[in-house]
Amino acid sequence: MTGPREQFRPENHPNDHFLLTTVVGSYPKPKWHDRAREMFEDEAADFGDEEWAEATDDASRLITHEHERCGIDVVCDGEMRRNEMVEYFAHRIDGYEFNGRVKVWGHNYFDKPSVADEVEYGEQWLVEEFEFTDEVADRPVKVPITGPYTLANWSFNEVYESEEQLAYELADLVNEEIEALVEAGARYIQIDEPALATTPDDHAIVGECLERIVDEIPDDVRLGLHVCYGDYSRIYPEILEYPVHEYDLELANGNYEQLNVFKDHEFTKDFAMGVLDAHTAEVESVEEIKANIKRGLEVVPPERLTVSPDCGVKLLPREVARGKMENMVQAAREVEKELDAGEIDVVAGSGAEASADD
Amino acid sequence: MPEIVATTPGLFPLPGWAKDELSDLKGHQKTDLISGDEGEEITDAYERAREEVVSLQTDAGLDRISEGQLRWDDMLAHPLAVHDNVETRGIVRYYDNNNFYREPVVTDELTADGDVAAELDAAAELVDSGLQAVLPGPYSLADLATDEHYGDDVDFLAAVAEFLAGEAEQFPDVETLFLLEPSLVENAPGEGEDERASEAIDTVAAAVDADVVAHTYWGPIEEKAYAHLMDADVDAIGFDLIADHDKNVYNVQEYGTKDSVALGVVDGQNTHVEPPETIRDRVDWFEQQTNTAYETVYTTTNTETFYLPVNKFEDKIRSLANAASLEAPEQ
Repeated sequence: MTGPREQFRPENHPNDHFLLTTVVGSYPKPKWHDRAREMFEDEAADFGDEEWAEATDDASRLITHEHERCGIDVVCDGEMRRNEMVEYFAHRIDGYEFNGRVKVWGHNYFDKPSVADEVEYGEQWLVEEFEFTDEVADRPVKVPITGPYTLANWSFNEVYESEEQLAYELADLVNEEIEALVEAGARYIQIDEPALATTPDDHAIVGECLERIVDEIPDDVRLGLHVCYGDYSRIYPEILEYPVHEYDLELANGNYEQLNVFKDHEFTKDFAMGVLDAHTAEVESVEEIKANIKRGLEVVPPERLTVSPDCGVKLLPREVARGKMENMVQAAREVEKELDAGEIDVVAGSGAEASADD
Repeated sequence: MPEIVATTPGLFPLPGWAKDELSDLKGHQKTDLISGDEGEEITDAYERAREEVVSLQTDAGLDRISEGQLRWDDMLAHPLAVHDNVETRGIVRYYDNNNFYREPVVTDELTADGDVAAELDAAAELVDSGLQAVLPGPYSLADLATDEHYGDDVDFLAAVAEFLAGEAEQFPDVETLFLLEPSLVENAPGEGEDERASEAIDTVAAAVDADVVAHTYWGPIEEKAYAHLMDADVDAIGFDLIADHDKNVYNVQEYGTKDSVALGVVDGQNTHVEPPETIRDRVDWFEQQTNTAYETVYTTTNTETFYLPVNKFEDKIRSLANAASLEAPEQ
């Protein structure tokens, strides 16, 4: 086990082994919440700040509890207050402006923001979200936060000499936010850097960003990094040097074709492995998920394996997302039981896989 | 003083209303992308959008008017994506951008099609003079596609070039043809391939009676590929001065260039709007560095423009047009 993980084991956990189950972050919004947003954005509707705040609180409470009912060990509120992973933050950082939608593919658009002035910490980003979720949750809460490299890479940079410089400035702001989150009691923070997958040559920049982010963050705060939909051989094993405890990686989507990347060089940190495809609307069976979890045990021993979906599941129908979460937890508990009974041969030991040329 | 011709490489962002209307009409999934045989409502929406972007360019005072390539959901892969003998499969990344297109897989002969020509016919009705055609360069189009029919890279590139030439032959009268060849930079051709890439461009260029610009972007062309490109019978080669001005200038200093040149002097992927004076300074700088008096300098955004929000796209079009009409600086 690396890092402060044991604090997340539930008191009444049924098995000796503990495969930490969690989510990546986003979850389908209830239909009524989408309607509430439409009304809030419609100036003619009688639906103001107060009504909107009540609606988001209700949605946050509902989805947090939905995660708990599914049995997830470390929960989120499904990012009910966030519209998109860059826009949400850009609206809160001074220096950003919005000019309109740009194409991602087909008729899928994104309100890509521009950095039109020096970036500065504006209003709080996630502290209120965390405090609310933490209060309504019985289980520990994880906070996903978009990383500075992705915030820089998915914006227009009108001001800074280079994207790298912008990323470092943003990293200092992320550090400020994480300090505030820790102050508010957060103990599990996941930094999302999907842009790293698209520009793997920049892994050193992401590393420097992370050094800035973790500055003066206490040791008992568990830090994860989420990366998805890329060629991991171009960033691994270099990313193991990053100052985080855990890597959360999408692998079910590619049917674990990339798993060998992580076996060729010892995986020295915690491995949060995607065991569910976030972009198929069929609920994977418990048996299938158990088989996926066991693939993770080829990389790390159970005390370093975290079980999670590939990515945020917000694009799925809600009942499908819930079905996936339930089956994921059941699969993890069954694998734990088999581990307790000695029915599974764990190939990956602590360091056992290290090859002579490491 | 060269003649400065303000233009763009096309592939415009859809106007805001058209984004909404077309996403309602077509949907958001990969099976909903343009097919080439779209119905009346969709055709009508694109026609209205085309009229709007033609007026925008005319009002701004651009010297070349592009049809806008608003239907090109798959960006430069479009001409293949709508072809009957091409299957579109998964969504794949478009170069190093956060953009995606359907992988076009060529499964049978690339016969002449006419999809792009039909767009230009429609635009010709709206444009009095200065109509510009845009096509992917053959090397880039072959690079973006997968071949399951020709079975050989050499034959496939030649077939793609013939296909594009067949498309170009059906064009109405156009003043200029921009052949966009980012793959010459992003996936530089190897030994032998560089020569064939240049010949393939020749094949397409020979099919039209218009000035042809082979435009490159996202960096400088590798030296050897550039030397071969100089053999192609085009009127101008286009350079991305935003991504790398020094190495592009070096190529021109070492190998010369055509009598005319296209210069990507406005950033198609950043919302900062370059003032006309800056654009002119960049043109002057290039002329001084290469110590050449060009016949025509095409000033353009370096890349396609669909990366931009509409307001900034419009500002940049105006800036390009205004830069071309600025008084020449005192010598």
